[in-house]
Amino acid sequence: MPNAPQSTQRSFGGATIPPRAGAGLKTAHVDAILSDSYRIGFLEIHAENYMGDGGPPHRALGAIRENFPLSVHGVGLSIGGEDGLDKTHVARLKKVVDRYEPGLVSEHLAWSTHDNSYYNDLLPAPYDEATLARVCRHIEQVQEALGRQILLENPSTYVQFEQSTISEADFIRQIAVRTGCGLLLDINNVFVSATNHGYEPLAYLEDFPLGRVQEIHLAGHAPDVDDEGDVILIDSHDRPVDDRVWGLYETVIGRIGSIPTLIEWDTDIPEWPILRNEAMMADRILEAHAGAVPSPRPRAARG
Amino acid sequence: MQATVSNREFTTALSDPEKPAPEGIRGQDGKKSAKRFDIYRNNVVVGLIDALGDIFPAVARLVGEGFFRDMARLYIRANPPNSPLLFRYGRSMPDFLETFEPVAHLAYLPDVARIELAWLDAFHAADTSCFSAADLGAVPESELDDLRLTPHPATRIIRSRSAAVSIVSATRSGAGLADINPTAPEDGLVTRPVLDVQLRRLPPGAAVFLQSLVDGACLADAAEAAERDCAEFDLPLAIRAMLESGAFSQRGEEA
Repeated sequence: MPNAPQSTQRSFGGATIPPRAGAGLKTAHVDAILSDSYRIGFLEIHAENYMGDGGPPHRALGAIRENFPLSVHGVGLSIGGEDGLDKTHVARLKKVVDRYEPGLVSEHLAWSTHDNSYYNDLLPAPYDEATLARVCRHIEQVQEALGRQILLENPSTYVQFEQSTISEADFIRQIAVRTGCGLLLDINNVFVSATNHGYEPLAYLEDFPLGRVQEIHLAGHAPDVDDEGDVILIDSHDRPVDDRVWGLYETVIGRIGSIPTLIEWDTDIPEWPILRNEAMMADRILEAHAGAVPSPRPRAARG
Repeated sequence: MQATVSNREFTTALSDPEKPAPEGIRGQDGKKSAKRFDIYRNNVVVGLIDALGDIFPAVARLVGEGFFRDMARLYIRANPPNSPLLFRYGRSMPDFLETFEPVAHLAYLPDVARIELAWLDAFHAADTSCFSAADLGAVPESELDDLRLTPHPATRIIRSRSAAVSIVSATRSGAGLADINPTAPEDGLVTRPVLDVQLRRLPPGAAVFLQSLVDGACLADAAEAAERDCAEFDLPLAIRAMLESGAFSQRGEEA
């Protein structure tokens, strides 16, 4: 049978992401997801994997999108970088968003491109006024180009910058206030960064503008040691979510109520039932708090 | 005085494992930490090595996994990606393999890489319907000589001085190379008629015929060019390969 030409594309229904567990979409899981009696709440894609023109990736994603709400997660915009945004890449993201009408679009507080080279990782940015102004400008440009709000994700980091003058939570709050973007709270990233830099994850969450969070990410991390023999955690996405991260997750959901929660698993990808079990665990916590009145801690406005 | 770290300083150190971590980078309690910075170095390089392994599975199998990873590391140093789209990375791998002395004895390797790039292009190419036998049958006989076709977006023609087509097919399917004479020149055609990418060997002269059509020649001129190039050219055989492979788009379909 010939492929359907793009001109016959139709509009998808059911864009809104429900306050349930979702999973990062892997090609190997597509058939299992479509035939599973357990209906996952939503699926999330890395936008860059669907920036080709056609072929099997779009065929699989089309089938998923006809049956599930979708979230689009960009990994290549380099929002935290010194260089201006790559307009070609913004246009590619817009094409994916226009084609699949996702319920949420998100990107990272990180950078990956400099001087026309792409570094294939989420590199850390210093938290100072110059970076803040640049990140805000970039987010405004993306929101303008897409014609919609995006969510910004807090990073996992292994180093800090001497030049930073603003705390990470405050930095993120100021971005959200200035640009009107929403936030994606990656609780594994909070735990990884807190461990790596020696602060309390709960203290970070107390500081974090939880009222602006529209999605949560959960993932596994790998322990290592640094030069001094201190534990350092790698944001590896290669195993189940750590129990301590589940604990923080319950605390956050207890505070802000049920919101869409994604399980990320990107390396050593398991069979679908294992990933599904992680999603069901999140679903149980979300159900326990369904209908609860969200109560983000009231806080004084900050400069 | 606090050192500020520019993206340039960060990436200069990131790309060169001999360099120290940039001044102004700190680990826990303000301590310097080379190992922490190395996590970023490792993430970047391992991610790209894995990406190249996904793009060039036959090259990796032919040279061995360990050798491929070491070679990829050198390739990445000399040819960093310039796009976040990793399926567009590795374009210069065939040229790199032409001049990489340790694989000079594997003369077919650059063409194996070219076929694997063509394969990936075909995988991601736009979807359009193929020009079929029925479509050809519907062309009035008086118009056949002047028929011009639009190549399907997935179509790639590779002419090799070695048996690269057979070697890729055998390597990707896990078959042995025992029955292949690596020095026998081969022409290959990569297409994606529906969802699965196809790689086939072309009969003698068919590559010239199909390339002429891709370049915009009419059917009569393409056949004449192929006959000039190759005495064994068989037009019906070439047309059958063209239709079976779905090398061209249905007329009126835009790529």
